[in-house]
Amino acid sequence: MRAPAPDLPLMFENVSLRAGDTLLLRDIDLIIRPGAPTLLVGPNGAGKSTLLRLAMGLVAPTLGAVTWGGSPDPAPRRRAMLFQRPVMLRRSAGANLIYALKHAGVARDVWPARVRDLLERVGLEHVAQRPARKLLGGEQQRLALARALARDPEILLLDEPTANLDPAATRAVEEIVLNAAASGVKILMASHDLGQVRRLAGEVCFLVAGRLHEKAAAEVFFQHPQSPLTQAFLRGDLVMET
Amino acid sequence: MHEGSGAWQLVVSGDPALYAIVRLSLAVSLSAVALAALVGLPLGGALALARFPGRGVLIVIINAFMGLPPVVVGLAVYLLLSRSGPLGDYGLLFTPTAMVIAQAILITPIIAALTRQTVEDLWLEYRDEMNAMGVTPFARLATLLYDARIALVTAMLAGFGRAAAEVGAVMIVGGNIDGFTRTMTTAIALETSKGDLPLAMGLGLVLLAIVLAVNASAWGLRVFAERRIG
Ligand SMILES: Nc1ncnc2c1ncn2[C@@H]1O[C@H](COP(=O)(O)OP(=O)(O)O)[C@@H](O)[C@H]1O
Ligand SMILES: [Mg+2]
Repeated sequence: MRAPAPDLPLMFENVSLRAGDTLLLRDIDLIIRPGAPTLLVGPNGAGKSTLLRLAMGLVAPTLGAVTWGGSPDPAPRRRAMLFQRPVMLRRSAGANLIYALKHAGVARDVWPARVRDLLERVGLEHVAQRPARKLLGGEQQRLALARALARDPEILLLDEPTANLDPAATRAVEEIVLNAAASGVKILMASHDLGQVRRLAGEVCFLVAGRLHEKAAAEVFFQHPQSPLTQAFLRGDLVMET
Repeated sequence: MHEGSGAWQLVVSGDPALYAIVRLSLAVSLSAVALAALVGLPLGGALALARFPGRGVLIVIINAFMGLPPVVVGLAVYLLLSRSGPLGDYGLLFTPTAMVIAQAILITPIIAALTRQTVEDLWLEYRDEMNAMGVTPFARLATLLYDARIALVTAMLAGFGRAAAEVGAVMIVGGNIDGFTRTMTTAIALETSKGDLPLAMGLGLVLLAIVLAVNASAWGLRVFAERRIG
């Protein structure tokens, strides 16, 4: 069975990340605890994807520390990530899920039942045998979601999962995310669609130029934005350096 | 013209001498591919993933060895296997085994280099997903080799094509002994010099057909993969 070690809280302590001469992220202090979805917003290039990669443990901070359940070990236990452009393995949809289950340490005898369950959760029962890379864009995104859920995550990181999808496919993905959240999975998701943020967020983190500019409950963020910069962003203005 | 119809006659009538030579050639070259794959696939895969001092030099050498001259490989294996050579006691010189060894050496760099390139590209594509799925370093290589399977089979076909068509290495280490180590290519060389053009041309036709079939398979495989795997 899987290790009991938890991945929450996810904690950024004074985290900076440098690439060459540029600071991609600076002085990030952030604690992600179980609860309603946290949405990460900010203009393109603000560092949302970079922050998620740090949160997944794919890159290490230049300064400061990222910890999961108090541990600095970046090996993923009960966390999973949906990338902006998920890569499907060159196998069937079902085999993609089996692969994730296997590497999450799930016992072999429950794979078939889990695969059926996961495909059902994302509405892809009919494509189990199809080559994953031949699925439509929206189907691939849902399969990637199922593959992330296969890890039975405590926390699911999503990087603009609907950026390239039409409204119907977007709705399908949002429903799956909300269902996961309702079943207790912590969601940390980057989005640049403020409508989507309103629909999903319990909490909003506003990132500008590598800095965490504001963190607030969704209601507060939208009804009573604290800073002029946030107000400008919500009006739809282009926001840049602070 | 007369030779041409004679050659055709040999091929279509299933001439036993001709097909014995064809069978030996296929057996030798297929064994060489199997041996080369056994070494080249893991070697190329490891080279794609591992980082160590001298890696770049090793890659350049293996890439350069893709174009090894068969006669040079033949000579090297000859020296190894000859009575006074380090492996002389096994008495392998002028046997089909020696020919398999020489051809395997010839095509291992081809399979290793193509595997290295393929696996490295695929790793760039898969790295984040695999790390996010908690795939251990040891399991990586198996995944990448499997997901690169079409390209790797194509690399093995390329190796087979080169082995089946080369003459220098098998000539030197096999000795072109009638009924024992005579392959299509060595037979063609010999029969041509003796003036038995129908047999030489018949074997040439079969060799050409094999090379065509190998390339058609590689092509078909790619089309199949594009449709069924993506
Ligand atoms: N490996 C890297 N090296 C240098 N710059 C990078 C690297 N990755 C991202 N960046 C830059 O860092 C900034 C933040 O990128 P990103 O996290 O992708 O922002 P977002 O997801 O909010 O659009 C961008 O200006 C981007 O060009
Ligand atoms: Mg991004």
